[in-house]
Order: sequence, then C-alpha cells, then structure tokens
Amino acid sequence: MIEFRLPSLGADMDEGKLLEWKVKPGDQVKRGDIVAVVDTSKAAVEVEIWQEGTVHELLAAPGGTFRVGAVLARLLAPGEKPGAAPAAPAVPAERRKVSPAARKRAEELGVSLEAVPGTGPGGAVTVEDVEKARGRGPEEKDKAAGMRKAIAAAMSRSKREVPHYYLSETIPMRRASEWLTRENARRPMASRLLMAALQLKAVALALGDFPDLNGTWREGVYRPSSAVHLGVAISLRGGGLVAPAIHDAGRLALDELMKRLADLVQRARAGSLRSSEMSDPTITVSNLGDTGVEATFPVIYPPQAAIVGFGRVAPRPWAEGETLRVAPTVVASLAADHRASDGHRGALFLAALARRLQEPETL
Amino acid sequence: MASATYREALRQGLYDAFERDERVFLMGEDVGAYGGSYAVSKGLLEKYGPERVRDTPLSELGFVGAGIGAALGGLKPIVEIMTVNFSLLALDQIVNTAAMLRHMSGGQFSVPLVIRTSSGAGRQLAAQHSQAFEAWYAHVPGLKVVAAATLDDARGMVNAALAQSDPVVIFEYPALFEMKGELGDAPVDLSSSVKRREGSRVTLVTYGACLPKTLAAAEEVDGEVIDLRSLRPLDLQPVLASVRKTRRAVVVDEGWRSGSLAAEVLARIAEQAFYDLDAPPARVCREEVPIPYARHLEEAALPQAEKIVAAAKALF
Repeated sequence: MIEFRLPSLGADMDEGKLLEWKVKPGDQVKRGDIVAVVDTSKAAVEVEIWQEGTVHELLAAPGGTFRVGAVLARLLAPGEKPGAAPAAPAVPAERRKVSPAARKRAEELGVSLEAVPGTGPGGAVTVEDVEKARGRGPEEKDKAAGMRKAIAAAMSRSKREVPHYYLSETIPMRRASEWLTRENARRPMASRLLMAALQLKAVALALGDFPDLNGTWREGVYRPSSAVHLGVAISLRGGGLVAPAIHDAGRLALDELMKRLADLVQRARAGSLRSSEMSDPTITVSNLGDTGVEATFPVIYPPQAAIVGFGRVAPRPWAEGETLRVAPTVVASLAADHRASDGHRGALFLAALARRLQEPETL
Repeated sequence: MASATYREALRQGLYDAFERDERVFLMGEDVGAYGGSYAVSKGLLEKYGPERVRDTPLSELGFVGAGIGAALGGLKPIVEIMTVNFSLLALDQIVNTAAMLRHMSGGQFSVPLVIRTSSGAGRQLAAQHSQAFEAWYAHVPGLKVVAAATLDDARGMVNAALAQSDPVVIFEYPALFEMKGELGDAPVDLSSSVKRREGSRVTLVTYGACLPKTLAAAEEVDGEVIDLRSLRPLDLQPVLASVRKTRRAVVVDEGWRSGSLAAEVLARIAEQAFYDLDAPPARVCREEVPIPYARHLEEAALPQAEKIVAAAKALF
C-alpha cells in the first residue's frame, strides 16, 4: 500500500486545505500526475504524485485542512491486491459540529471552519468562535494578508538562521542586447525573447560548476542538487510574491525556457501552480530590472542556499582599457548561505555568469 | 395609571366593555350571583342586572351554543367557561360551529363570539383541573386565540376581542390572579406579539402564566423575552428578529411538549431563522404526565425559572 501524504509546498507551509481531488478510487496514476489541488497560503497548487499505482481510497475530504505529512489517500502499488487492513482515516474524519449561524458568518468573513475550535454546546463552533478565529492562520480569504504572513515567516527564518554574504558585479550587456535585438527582429511577435530568459539561462548554465550554490540546507546538512531548478520570483498583482521553479532550466532551449517562464508567470498570477514547482527550487532568481532599480540584494528563501538578483539593464559609463564609453550594463548580485559556500566561490560564480552573458549565442 | 391586581384588571375590562356597548352581555357558570368562580365578575350583576349578566346551568355545550346564537343574532356575547378543563365539553360548538360557520355559510354569517376561559396549573387543583389546552384551540382555523399575561392585556383583550367579527378565545391565568402592577388603559393589539424584556444572549419565547417565570430567568441569562400574546395567528416577526440578534432560542410553554405551541414556534424558527441559529433551539414545557396534586410534584412538573435558566445555559 502506498500512502499519499500532503507534501510541503514550501518552507513556510505547515498545513494546506484540500480543494479538490483530481483522481478517484480505481484511477491509475503515474509519476508526475496531478492528483489533487491544495490551497496553501500562497496559491492553489496542483499536487503531483511521485509514485505509480492505482488509487485505492481517498481518505481526506475536500474542504478539510491538513498538516503537512497527513495521509490523504492510499494507493495500491502495481500488482498489489487490496488488503484487509482498514485504513485509518485522515483527520478530520468526523463531521465538525458547526452552528448554522457560525457557518454563515464564516462564509462572510472567509474563515475556514476546520481550524476553528468549537466552544458551543457539544463542542460546536459558534459565531463567537468564528469571529475569534478571524484574521489568523492560512485560512483567511484575505489572501494578501495570509501571504504576507507566510513571507514574513520565511524571510524572518532566513535572516535569523541563514548567514548571508553578498557580492555584486556589473556585467556588460552590449553583446547580449545586440544579439537579443537581432534575434527578436527575425522572430514573430509571439515567440520573441525577453532579456530575463537570457539571464535565467545564463544563471542555470553558470551554476553547473557551482553545486555549493545550487542545493538545499536542511537540518545542518547541505545537499547539492544535480539539476538546476530555477525559482523565479514573481510578484503578484494583489501583493506578495511566489517563486516557483522552472525545472532543469539549464537543459532547456531558450525558446522552451521563455515559454515556461511566460506560462509560470501567468499561472502564478492565476493561482494555479503545481506542487513540485512550489517545493523544488534549488536556487532563486529575483529580477527587479523592470522596476528600474540599479541593483538588488535579495534574501535567500530557505532551504535554498543562494539567490541571484538582477537590476536594470541600462546604458552606463563603461571603461574599456583607457577608453570610457557608454554601454548597456546590468548589476548582478548574489546572496549566498555562508554555511554552504564562501565568498570566493560566489565571486567565481558571478564571473562565470558574466562570461556566459558575453556569449549569448551559446545560451 | 393605578395599582391593581390581574384579577381586578380582568374585572375592569368587563366593566369597560359593558359601559362601551349595550349589546355586550356576560354568560356562564356562577358569573352572576356568586360574582364569578374567581370573583372576576364581582359586582357586575348588581350594576348591570340579570339581562346582561346571566348564570347558566353546568352545560358548556349548551351555553356556548347559546352564545353563538346570540352572536349570530346581533348581540355581543362574552361567554365565560370557568376553566379550559371544562371547555372540552363545548369543543363541538367552538370548533365545528363557531369556527366554521363563516366558511360553511359561504361568508354569509360570522360569529362575533368572545369566549373567556382560564388555563394552567400551579394551584394544587390536580390533573383534571390543571390542564393547558391553548394549543388545541390555536390549531383551528377560524378561531382567534389570545393569552393575557400582563395586567394591561387582562384588561384590554376583552374589548379588542369584542371588536372582532369572528370568534375569539381569551385565555386567562388563575396563577397570575394575585399579580400586582400598574394598570393602564391603552387599547390592546390582538394580532401582535410583544417584547417584554431586552436581552442579548438568548431569546426566550413564552405566553400566559409562564411570562413572570421567564422574565425572572431572563435576569440570569441576559435573555430577551417575547410574549407571544396572540397564539393564533402567531406573530413570529419579533421572535425571528430577536433570534437573529441573539442566535439562540428557548421556548417556554406550559402545555405538554408533544404537539405543543412550543413545537410550532420551534418549527417556524427552524424554517425561517435556521441560518441565524448558533445552537439547536430548546424547549421548556410541562412534563408529559397528568399534573400531580402534591405541591412539590406539581412544581416539578411545570416550567420553572431554574429550568429555563438551565435550558438557556445549555445553549451557550
């Protein structure tokens, strides 16, 4: 029997609300299939399964809020016959007692009832309980406030636990800009590339030689990742941000990377990300170039061990030998976890990134 | 405003009616020479004479029928049935004749009959003299049924009833006869229920003799008290408005629980204020036994303030 548990969809996630099952008992599933939609404090996330099997029973009812790690469903492994052992249902199995007025009030306030303790007759949730519970927990309908809290938790943890070091480098972008202009001139509008895609690809490729920047730090141990799952910080219209992953970004052709980036931004803003996109980033890129800032000094998103920032690509004075000229440049920065790497490695990485961006045709 | 008892208020109501309209007369057992079994009509015979204050034989079916005939003939009869216990003997006239005649005559006749009767337990009169059958009458279309729980209603209801063109049954409460208070003379609206106390935590709905007990209980639980007053038709608007505020309801009813007025009120709260409820609505009713004679057992069988408090607290 395979247990399908609620995965952590980010370091700041303690629990999630099951919105919908995408499978039913009897369905065959394989690696990467989307089986459920879970609401985290950040987004409605499509949760994938990483095992193969047949859905045996769904233990969790949509609408319920569950701790990370709670068993949501059981699956039969290929060839397995259903056993006699009855499954213990995931909490909450019992129907909560909620007064009709409390239910109505909860709806009005956008409070999820599963997390509200009941103090009424027989432990029923009353209007008073709902009103007390208002404004706390990830169940708020006020997504922005919920997300703010999640970001606050993750960033506080980062600044509390992660010893950051910061480096920055001004990178000439003339070649990259010219190449991009040429490339886009011959492309139809729909498949034009953004400088951001170029930068992402350059970061992913440059990281190949720096496993100490691309990985996760968990419980005192750093684990480098063999693939570069590039988290892309995306600001949301309602406030807040998410940083879902573009998987294996180093191996994607630029066109494909551009497509994934556009898709990711669109889905992030629509609130329909996948579980692996939320949980897998091994490093994040924060590009604030379009806001016009010179440089960014970003905060690492645990358990990742580094984050790369880009400012605006703009014409600036640039010295070449004895000559001063005006050329497009960008300030790339790196914040990295000093437990996993040292400044020397970070400096080499930024140099490698700068080199990559001088050879846009190889990206 | 003058100080008076509930009994005096009832008597004052009769005097008001006799003064107001010469067609008004009172008929019933011992209402004349004896001054009324509960001394409500004391002095009436002396003042208005035997034409208008008529003693009857012990024949409820007969004298209620006579009252119906008088009403059809253009008089304004007030028929006193000593207690609701004996009114069962007159049910056929009340239900099959008084209540149905407008319908059966295709609207040609109406029966402007006023029946006064007393109801309730609490005076050690034993099972056969302690019934509370308000719900039986409130079940019947064609009747208007009201319950006087205050001095002002005790005085004003009979006059308001006499102004109706259809039969009205007024319930009076011997348990309240010695209740003292200020007596006003404002007209009474027979069609509306009344809020008797402001409160915020629970709505306590009652009528008749349970009102003082309910008001006492309300002091302890911050209850909002609604006196139904009109038992048919029911005016639930003040009840529903109150339940929407307090989100909790206890109905206090001296009748037996099964098939009671409390059951009807609860059903309507559930139908019309379901989404406003924060706890299942509750009831405090008469225990489903014949009322015992022994005082402590009688008290135990009836709604009491402590039971109402307990029922309300169970909803918090």
